[in-house]
Amino acid sequence: MVEAIDQVFVNLKHAVVGWAPPAWQAWVSAGLTVAALMGVFMSLFALVVLLERKGLGRIQNRPGPNRVGPWGLLQPMADFIKMLTKEDVVPAGADRVVHFLAPVAMVAPVLLAYAVLPVGRNMAAVDLDAGVLYFFAVGACIELSVFMAGWAGRNKFALLGAMRAIAQMISYELPLMLAAVPAVMLAGTLSLGGIVEAQAVPAGGWLARWHVLTPWGLAGLALFTIAALAEANRSPFDLPEGESEIVAGHLVEYSGFKYALFFIGEYLGMFAVSGLGITLFLGGWRSPASFLDWVPSYLWFFAKLGGFVALFIWLRGTLPRVRGDQLMALAWKLLVPMALLNIAVAAGWHYSAGWSFAGAWLARWGLGLGILGLGYGALARGLYESQGFGPRVYRFAD
Amino acid sequence: MSRGVRLVGLGIVKGLIETARNFIGSYRDPRRLVTVEYPEVRLPPVERARTFPMLVYDGADPEAGLRCVACKICEKECPPQCIYIEADRDARGRVLKRPRVFDVDCSVCMGCQICAEVCPFDAIKMNTEYELAVADRFGGLLLRKSQLVRSTEYHRTVHPQEAVEIDAQVAQARARAEAKARAGGGG
Repeated sequence: MVEAIDQVFVNLKHAVVGWAPPAWQAWVSAGLTVAALMGVFMSLFALVVLLERKGLGRIQNRPGPNRVGPWGLLQPMADFIKMLTKEDVVPAGADRVVHFLAPVAMVAPVLLAYAVLPVGRNMAAVDLDAGVLYFFAVGACIELSVFMAGWAGRNKFALLGAMRAIAQMISYELPLMLAAVPAVMLAGTLSLGGIVEAQAVPAGGWLARWHVLTPWGLAGLALFTIAALAEANRSPFDLPEGESEIVAGHLVEYSGFKYALFFIGEYLGMFAVSGLGITLFLGGWRSPASFLDWVPSYLWFFAKLGGFVALFIWLRGTLPRVRGDQLMALAWKLLVPMALLNIAVAAGWHYSAGWSFAGAWLARWGLGLGILGLGYGALARGLYESQGFGPRVYRFAD
Repeated sequence: MSRGVRLVGLGIVKGLIETARNFIGSYRDPRRLVTVEYPEVRLPPVERARTFPMLVYDGADPEAGLRCVACKICEKECPPQCIYIEADRDARGRVLKRPRVFDVDCSVCMGCQICAEVCPFDAIKMNTEYELAVADRFGGLLLRKSQLVRSTEYHRTVHPQEAVEIDAQVAQARARAEAKARAGGGG
């Protein structure tokens, strides 16, 4: 029974594919997978946009949207109709082809990234051997689209925003990948399915071996989340869009459905990178303990995804936007060294697995957390004192 | 430089706790929500609020009780010249002390309140109605006398303090005038 509920979508797909003529089966299978992924994540997008607005409202002691439908539930529909009916303005000086292609180049790679994401047991569209590599390769295409958007509009604000975005995304690509390296190293595979497998409940135990339950996994998840925030252009790293200084950055010359596509791409990218974080550190679709295995795997995945998204919304409601130099300093002076240190700690964790003296468990944890803590203390203190993260010093006034 | 911060990043955690407190608090205590959900809920009237002019009348009949005597001071003083007044005339063509036409073009009016300040008869006062949208932006925004008249009771609801003072003054002046008339009639 549990098995049937867990595999209901997989079995449904197999039934439909089996019913199709043999020559079409591959196409039907692919089409069904793509349709399911698109449908689920697009609905999630609509829901998240609404919940984000309501959540931010509550954080600011406002009720949030509550006019369209009961509790404002139809608000995404109203937004969508508004976006569709808006005029699509292309500036006179724009590079029309690039201007048209940029939103497509935003959404397409993001959707491609979902191909390797295991959203449940046997529920990855393709389980590539180099899934992590593929994910990052596809994710890097978003930078191209942002720069296309900034360039095509022939607008200085758009160009400035695009240049900020490029600098930010390339800088944060590095800590994002370096944070993912330990998980790949210790699982011994680049396949996302294999990484999930490596976090399974060990034989005879009851607690899953989620990577986050290790010192390097904890630090890795934190680093990954910060870098993912920056990759997704989310607050507090939303400099490329900086409404207050450069209008909307690369989006300034976009309206109507093209703008909506950027918006969709941004949110789908956020879900995708959160999904990768879940797969790498939080056990993917696996339950935390064997006695919770009766909950379907896809529910675990989406619950974790919901947690990630809630954290992102919470951070957006809390933190002000960082300055450009602070952004760069954070990446290069804190995240990258910490990620490198984390790889060393992960290696130490791997080679200390054989320790068998009394209190070995405590020693491994203490050592790992100690090294990471000391590294963080030193690096963060340096950042705090050199880069103006601390209290503001007024040189001319005072 | 202060050495107060022991652990870098603690400020972020403090901020997160604060916003979480707001988030949960807004569900537990509805008084935290400051939003006034406008069409259903309205703010109480504010004494000093003002939008466009109105004509105050005493008693029940807007025609008979109108305080305005068509002196046209407001028309002359109005900076954007949005007031148009024509005095009424009797059958023999003599000017009567009441307006036949009193128009305010509220597409021109800037709500400066000068008309209300210069009126010696306290006949023109500022209204506080703000739902004035109309489909016709020329004729619809030109308010006629019949649309401008408001009773003293209404005046008391929108500007309570001001209205009470003025009503007292008006009553006093009327009593004086009546006493004078009686004295004149007796002598």
